[in-house]
Amino acid sequence: MLLDFFYYLKTNKLPVSIREHLTLLEALDREVIAYSVEDFYFLSRAIYVKHEQNLDLFDKLFGQFFNDSENIPVEKILADIDENWLKSQLLREMTDEEKEAVKAMGGLEELLNRFRQILEEQKEKHEGGNKWIGTAGTSPLGNSGYNPTGIRIGGKGGGKNAVKVWDKREFKNYDDDLELNTRNTKMALRRLRILTREGVEDELNLEETIHKTSENAGLLDIKMQASKQNRVKVLLLLDVGGSMDEYIEECSMLFSSAKYQFKHLEYYYFHNCIYESLWKDNGRRYEDKISTWEVLNKYNKDYKVIFVGDASMSPWELSEPRGSVEHYNEESGLTWLERFKEKFPNLVWLNPINDGYWQYTSTIKQIREWADERMFPLTINGIEKAMKCLKNRKLKF
Amino acid sequence: MAHNSYKNNNFSGTSDYIATRELQTAVNAAIALQRPLLIKGEPGTGKTLLAFEVAKALGKQLFTWHIKSTTTAQQGLYEYDAVSRLRDSQLGDDRVNHIENYVKKGKIWEAFDTDEQSVLLIDEIDKADIEFPNDLLQELDRMEFYCYELKQTIKAKYRPIIIITSNNEKELPDAFLRRCFFHFIRFPDKETMQQIVDVHYPCLDETLLANALKTFFGIREIKNLKKRPSTSELIDWLKLLLVGKVSADDLNDLSRMNEVPPFLGALLKNESDYDLYKALREKGIK
Repeated sequence: MLLDFFYYLKTNKLPVSIREHLTLLEALDREVIAYSVEDFYFLSRAIYVKHEQNLDLFDKLFGQFFNDSENIPVEKILADIDENWLKSQLLREMTDEEKEAVKAMGGLEELLNRFRQILEEQKEKHEGGNKWIGTAGTSPLGNSGYNPTGIRIGGKGGGKNAVKVWDKREFKNYDDDLELNTRNTKMALRRLRILTREGVEDELNLEETIHKTSENAGLLDIKMQASKQNRVKVLLLLDVGGSMDEYIEECSMLFSSAKYQFKHLEYYYFHNCIYESLWKDNGRRYEDKISTWEVLNKYNKDYKVIFVGDASMSPWELSEPRGSVEHYNEESGLTWLERFKEKFPNLVWLNPINDGYWQYTSTIKQIREWADERMFPLTINGIEKAMKCLKNRKLKF
Repeated sequence: MAHNSYKNNNFSGTSDYIATRELQTAVNAAIALQRPLLIKGEPGTGKTLLAFEVAKALGKQLFTWHIKSTTTAQQGLYEYDAVSRLRDSQLGDDRVNHIENYVKKGKIWEAFDTDEQSVLLIDEIDKADIEFPNDLLQELDRMEFYCYELKQTIKAKYRPIIIITSNNEKELPDAFLRRCFFHFIRFPDKETMQQIVDVHYPCLDETLLANALKTFFGIREIKNLKKRPSTSELIDWLKLLLVGKVSADDLNDLSRMNEVPPFLGALLKNESDYDLYKALREKGIK
């Protein structure tokens, strides 16, 4: 039954592993929680869910699984009850007064039969109603659900605090935070690291110390050095608007990861292709233009350049002067791209379009040619390869 | 209210800390199964405070390890001070013959080393490098690590209760998450908030509190705020209201007039948020 629940979560795309399931079983075995469905919900949530973006999904699945009447027929519950266990459990929990009451009703056996009868009735009367009280009962912990002390004798009713917490689904909003999903991208960008020693000398330079000390006839002479840090410089050029709107999510993921990973990051935006001006702020793209010449001159050739764009446009936007759909451009896009290639030996183009479709667009082919086959798909794998390529130009895609 | 549960290691909040049932379940399960508990939630909902309160309620010693961007996992275990040993050897100091003089214990080691179970808080784990949590897998899982300098395995005498907080600046690796219990502290609803405020200001005028809470939750409902005020800000604001001797009617009167409530700066700390709220008030939207 719990295993069913585990597989239900797993098939519905909640990332859970055997390890968590075993943890849950262990927790139940040690009787960490009181016998109540709500506590079971809290416990299983703390174990199965590892991220707030999954909380809503878990709430949904929990509700579905334990509400689904077809999933857990009453016969199955009955079959699952180990009678002896139930009896011993009951006797342990009951007060003397309650035991008297049970006797008055014809003994425990009778009570259990009566209880089963009630369960059957409940099935007929409340189809889809309070079923969760009963269903939760099949798990070894939720027995308060069909514990006769709950139904008959008037102890704490299993169904009393029947506010279904999971049905409130209060975590809906945490579902779509962008920053949450960037770990993989950050790890991929890590491939591009150029470690150099610069700045404060805070590390012991062992080799130099030994060398100097022996020169000093054994008198200690400590040498320090700066620690290694990633000082790679990156120029990021992003295509925005038009056909790129579809890929906003991927691009912002890349952008926020790059901002985190590279200390020396410069970025500019363009539309479709590079022409004589770029801009930094999309809200003010017509007021705050920066001349492309300025960008070309400002950065040294040790900058690694990453273009991000779908490279899909009309052929004349790329190859003809005055070909831009937006403005009057004196020189063709390709001329400008060539200037970038001349200035920056290390450049790659990341394309959010699936690489299977690249062959069908002529401008993609042209730009790939221009980039000497250094166009990579905007996927984790592609980014990883692109970062390697920025260090070793011989790598192609 | 909680000190009676001292013996059986059961946490149910303290006299100054209101813990919801779900938080209690998560904490108690983590304690019973000896797994680290990862706590996330909006800023100001008492993530860090939880460890302090757990330690207090259970009467245990607390070790806090605050993580910065430069913290490494090794620092939590121990640090070997080779330079001062080298120096001591030059000066002929006797200490130099015993390497343990130069091994400085980190917070994790300290927590492993106590003669009874302790509480270890690893605060803001997301501040560190993204590899940081992976470096602690073994240590948190088996509660032991190997000290190369002393050539011995350090094992926890009593597995400490480990509470880890995160502010979501970085995502944590799956392998790490699988070893933890997870709880997301939700922003308290009105009832819980009332309890929390009662704990802090037991003799607060009821109507003042009701009006203040109304204003507070009203502000939280505004969309597009850069930083929504949280519990800790509400507590501060109430304190200011008390010190400033603002009466319940003052707050109420103001809500009729188009003025901002007194000491609003305690709730809205961002200038643009402040202006936004003011503009909304002037238009007569609460």
